[in-house]
Amino acid sequence: MNEPSHLVLEDGTVFTGRAFGAEADAHGEVVFTTSMTGYQEALTDPSFAGQILMMTYPLQGNYGVSGFDAESDRVQARGFVVREACDLPSHWRSEGTLHDYLASAGIPAIQGIDTRALTRKIRSGGVMMGAITREEPETAIAWLREAQRYDGSDFVQEVTTPDGFSWAEPERQQYHIAVLDLGVKHNILRILRSFGSRATVVPSTTSADDILALKPDGIVLSPGPGDPALLDYAVATAKALVGKVPIFGICLGHQVLARAWGAKSYKLKYGHRGANHPVREEATGRVSITAQNHGYAMDPDGLPSEIEVSHVHLNDGTCEGLRHRELPIITIQYHSEASPGPHDDRYLFERFLGLIKEVRTP
Amino acid sequence: MDKPSKVLIVGSGPIVIGQAAEFDYAGAQACKAMREEGVTSVLVNSNPATIMTDEGVADIVYIEPLTVDVISRIIERERPDGLLPTLGGQTALNLAVDLADAGVLDRFDIRMLGTPLEAIRQAEDRALFRQLLDEIGEPTPESEIVTTLDAARDVAERMGLPLVVRPAYTLGGTGGGIASTRTELEEIVAKGLAASPISQVLLERSLLGWKEIEYEVMRDGADTCITICNMENFDPMGVHTGDSIVVAPSQTLTDKEYQMLRTASLKIIRALGVEGGCNVQLALAPRQEVSDWDAPDGEGDPPYFVIEVNPRVSRSSALASKATGYPIARVAAKIAVGRRLDEIPNAVTQKTTAAFEPALDYVVAKIPRWPFDKFPLGERLLGTQMKATGEVMAIDRSFEAAIQKAVRSLEQGGRSLLWEDPAWKTEELQKVKWAATDDRLWRLMAALRRDADPLDLSKKTGVDPWFLQKLARIIAMEHRLLEEPLTPDLLRGAKRMGFSDEQIGVLADELPERVRVRRQEMGIKPVYKMVDTCAAEFEAATPYFYSTYEEENEASPLQGSKALVIGSGPIRIGQGIEFDYCSVHAVWALQEAGYHALIVNSNPETVSTDFDTSDRLYFEPLDEESVRDILDNETADANGSAPPTIVQFGGQTAINLAHPLHVADMPIIGSSAEAIDVAEDRSRFEEFLSKLGIPQPPGAAVTSVEDALKTAAVIDYPVLVRPSYVLGGRAMEIVQNDDELSLYAAAAAEAGPGRPILVDKYLEGREVEVDAVCDGEQVLIPGIMEHIERAGVHSGDSMAVYPPINLTDAEINTVVDYTQRIGLALEVRGLMNIQYVIVRSGESSDVYVIEVNPRSSRTVPFISKVTSVPMVRLATHVMLGRSLAEQGWTGGLQPKQQLVAVKAPAFSMSKLSGVDTYLGPEMKSTGEAMGVDETFSAALAKALVSAELALPAEGAVLLSIADRYKEEAEPIIRRLVEAGFRLYATEGTAAMIDGLGLPVEQITKKLREGHPNVVDVIRDGTVDGVINVPEGRMTGTLRDGFHFRRAAAVGRIPCFTSLDTARAAVDALLAGGQAYTIKPLSAYLT
Repeated sequence: MNEPSHLVLEDGTVFTGRAFGAEADAHGEVVFTTSMTGYQEALTDPSFAGQILMMTYPLQGNYGVSGFDAESDRVQARGFVVREACDLPSHWRSEGTLHDYLASAGIPAIQGIDTRALTRKIRSGGVMMGAITREEPETAIAWLREAQRYDGSDFVQEVTTPDGFSWAEPERQQYHIAVLDLGVKHNILRILRSFGSRATVVPSTTSADDILALKPDGIVLSPGPGDPALLDYAVATAKALVGKVPIFGICLGHQVLARAWGAKSYKLKYGHRGANHPVREEATGRVSITAQNHGYAMDPDGLPSEIEVSHVHLNDGTCEGLRHRELPIITIQYHSEASPGPHDDRYLFERFLGLIKEVRTP
Repeated sequence: MDKPSKVLIVGSGPIVIGQAAEFDYAGAQACKAMREEGVTSVLVNSNPATIMTDEGVADIVYIEPLTVDVISRIIERERPDGLLPTLGGQTALNLAVDLADAGVLDRFDIRMLGTPLEAIRQAEDRALFRQLLDEIGEPTPESEIVTTLDAARDVAERMGLPLVVRPAYTLGGTGGGIASTRTELEEIVAKGLAASPISQVLLERSLLGWKEIEYEVMRDGADTCITICNMENFDPMGVHTGDSIVVAPSQTLTDKEYQMLRTASLKIIRALGVEGGCNVQLALAPRQEVSDWDAPDGEGDPPYFVIEVNPRVSRSSALASKATGYPIARVAAKIAVGRRLDEIPNAVTQKTTAAFEPALDYVVAKIPRWPFDKFPLGERLLGTQMKATGEVMAIDRSFEAAIQKAVRSLEQGGRSLLWEDPAWKTEELQKVKWAATDDRLWRLMAALRRDADPLDLSKKTGVDPWFLQKLARIIAMEHRLLEEPLTPDLLRGAKRMGFSDEQIGVLADELPERVRVRRQEMGIKPVYKMVDTCAAEFEAATPYFYSTYEEENEASPLQGSKALVIGSGPIRIGQGIEFDYCSVHAVWALQEAGYHALIVNSNPETVSTDFDTSDRLYFEPLDEESVRDILDNETADANGSAPPTIVQFGGQTAINLAHPLHVADMPIIGSSAEAIDVAEDRSRFEEFLSKLGIPQPPGAAVTSVEDALKTAAVIDYPVLVRPSYVLGGRAMEIVQNDDELSLYAAAAAEAGPGRPILVDKYLEGREVEVDAVCDGEQVLIPGIMEHIERAGVHSGDSMAVYPPINLTDAEINTVVDYTQRIGLALEVRGLMNIQYVIVRSGESSDVYVIEVNPRSSRTVPFISKVTSVPMVRLATHVMLGRSLAEQGWTGGLQPKQQLVAVKAPAFSMSKLSGVDTYLGPEMKSTGEAMGVDETFSAALAKALVSAELALPAEGAVLLSIADRYKEEAEPIIRRLVEAGFRLYATEGTAAMIDGLGLPVEQITKKLREGHPNVVDVIRDGTVDGVINVPEGRMTGTLRDGFHFRRAAAVGRIPCFTSLDTARAAVDALLAGGQAYTIKPLSAYLT
């Protein structure tokens, strides 16, 4: 800990700071999130697989880490970049420091760099590949340029459950939900449970028939990492599920469904990552503040007429949600499960469960 | 909702503790918003020292008392269709309720904008508030409402102590407190019942030691709700949030806690139906298990309680605006006239909309500024009653740096976190009861310096360990600086933690200047980062910067002509909002002249720190290091020269920088450092005046007790004594004899060894004050102000009238002549303020100069408004080289306006227990109000009403007058009786009144001699006013009156300690039946 370390970017930029976390090197796509809290939730969010995560808020690790705040069973980001990591955290729930947590997860991290300068660089140049390294920066830049690029990789295969699992059952069960795990966050399962639903999580390559064989009342296509254009298998599954049961596509799940309906994806310059993204629901005109984490977006042009854009991002007008006019299918581009982020969007889960109810009580 | 076409905006009146400059900022933003929305704004406020009451800010401006009667008449005259009361603090909100209750709003078909009347009642009335929160399932601490002392005793019996006492409908927690014993309960409840306009207090379970968290939330008509900022108090529950050190965003909350409290806050604003801004205060369990947040029907105690809601823009929202860059008041005003959040453009990014939540990438620290440097005998214990007059804010990328910069910004005699009270000894710090006091931060540092355990300190104070560990890191750096050589790494590390060059110099045994040179040689310079609401996610246009020691600088020097205006820092007694008014006008004048106006200030409440006031805002401490760093940063190249600095408008804070900037070869425009020195150095000033043949009261600057006594022997008692180089008459006294003088001189020598004290003949004459603009050729005098009180009462505490009503033409001519000669001889460029005393004996009258200040004064906004002479604008243009003649003005005394304007001081004495309200040469007021009308008596009455100094139309008055003043008091007493007042008096005074053949009730019993005594008749409401004129200082009569002066302050009834003020109040009362005028300020002016 504390020895000199570098963050190098593929364009040759070098930031020098101090190491913490694991004594290792790592590379990945360098992205930033503006969420001011929830570093542990972010680190364990499978959607950050393949990426080096940088927090724009300078003080991280203040309240330590705890089993309570994990969103999956491991740290998913490949590296962590902060202005300052707290080594004496304070919270009654804390079980350890950020440093120890990352060290035991094998994830290297760097602190003491001008993270705002890095953010400005990414904002103007777009996301790029980078590495956290203790080697000479020039050496690292050389191997970074040869390394596997983020864009061409299917990270869903790295994060999905190998065999599937069931989440703790609610006390009074109402519905059974199958969750296609493209990189699910535990909070989706917690929220489903809080609304009385039993969740069965299945691997990302599970076929539609196998999913329907579980006799679910509804299906959630989960969020997850990477480029939806690489996920033909999941798109095929989604196509086969449409029209069978109510479906809720969240984030990558939204993108997969949109592809199933014929929409194309494109990469955003530096993505949407943070807990302050304003999204307007077109039906009500009401804006809610959402938690977001996606580097790709869907172009709604070319969607069939039965699909309407239900939600729009206020800042850049991108598509943030879709709704099937006839079938009980809704999608949302952001993380309606929050964690980290505002709890304004639980209504979407209620709406999804409402759709199930309508189907079940004709 | 239809957009209203004409909206009445109510201001917050004079600055008092709990209601400071933040409401000028809010009101000014609201006016701007109305203009943008095409809505006509009608503004009413009684405080002239505000930007919001400027021509060109609101469309129609009334400077009138904030009473139902006055506002009703304004409404009748203007016929607005909307009332916006949410930007004028508690004052405006209460007034709105009163107007509604009086049926005025219905009668004139006026819509209440922003916050529904019902919501105001729900937020303010404790019972309704609880009921509402119960309905929406939000937890409130167990509490009960009482309206009598007996009921309070019963509640204490049932709920046990300690209990928090909160009076309904008061600002800044007036009259509240935490009662731990029966005696305390009785005292605080009695006070609270008196303070509450509906005689209602809430007794609440104490959450002492819980985390105190605030959220600033907004909601629009489409029910979109957002939070702008959350804030965490360094001081846990138990200290009023206005008296707490606060950081933004919260530092020790997990995301789940953050979101849980955020959700609660949004639920509350929805339930209240507020359309605009709202502030929610919550207490969060520091230890207790957080309940199962994702199970809506989770069991067990909730981990938080909702403490308070302000359904309006507040001090906290001003802080949140400055902490985030999000203009809450402006957006709230637009929402109030029907805009939706997603329709309002984000003024910062100019691309996105106002419907988003700011993301911070820095830490903000706020520290309150308390008045205990002026009131060393005041009760310094902090509780639920706010005591701070102002606050500072600092921004940096670490907590350590933010808090250290905030401490530097406090401007408490250069006190850094290194400061320790010499009385603190190691043993005492270990034993000390860690009650919250104004100096607790320093005491914590001192304890940590002596190896106290942060976790142990946390247990004792309730301050979260996170904060204490950070303070311990600062201490660790202190040790390194003491022991290690100053390597570049160490120096950079220290700068990153916010150590000033001066602190580093003290620890490393170097001169501060040497530290500065060395670090610059090492390339260690601050960079400036932008406050952009979005953590750099989007390109932003806001010119709002803070310094930090990192790599990338975002503030490259502005191109073109530019000048830096030094602001005035935190609001404190002696340096109030007036100087912010001047700073803002200087910015506008610079811009008008084609300059880029840069401003530096540390006060988050002000208009000057609004990001769109100047061309570039540096939010920094106002000390030499910060200002020089800014000037270096604005210097285009190594050989270029720094932009000029203007030090005339930021009060003594800015003036104090003239000398160091001059020494550092930084150009100053306006009067030179030399002129400032002549005016402030006693012997140079004496020489200067005697060369001009202008008299001043005889006296001398001395540095020893012996010399002081010698001087007094020559000039004869009474003498006025004060330290040199201070503002606001600090530590100034009038002494009558050798004993008193020795005491004073000894104390002064101890406080500032080697610093001179001034001993001057005290002349009990008529005091006159002049502000002037001088360009080196001409001296322009907008008008002369005559004080109501004789010399001896600090000019800031005196009432003053323009134009003068008692001066002869000869006296006026002399004043004008002296002013012109002094201005020219001193080579003033810009503003100057001179105070005179006129002593009449028989036919002759002599004019003496008491003080010359070559800078803007407290009275500049007042005199500018009532004479229509834009003083700051003229002065700024003069500094840039345009003469008065070129600006189309001629020198000399300007023609008199056909109005009469009276300025009255406003005090915050009810909030400062232990502080004597006696008026003397030491300034005590926190703000001022203005009354303007066509006659003196009407203007006087208005000023008194606005400053809460007016006597009621009928009632009783308690008199206690020293022998020396008895004869002079006679006519005043007669007039009181004439007005139908019943008189109560202490023994000697009663005998005198009886001797006049007037009815009087004598209160024989002194305090502690049984009942009823003098304090009882005040407490039980028998009397409605007090006239207590004691003799001299440090004497028995002064001490005797202390308790009943305090009782009057607590009971909020007027108490006059000068016969001159009492006379004015009685005159105003008798003339009270006279009709007063209600019209816009512009209609009074010719």
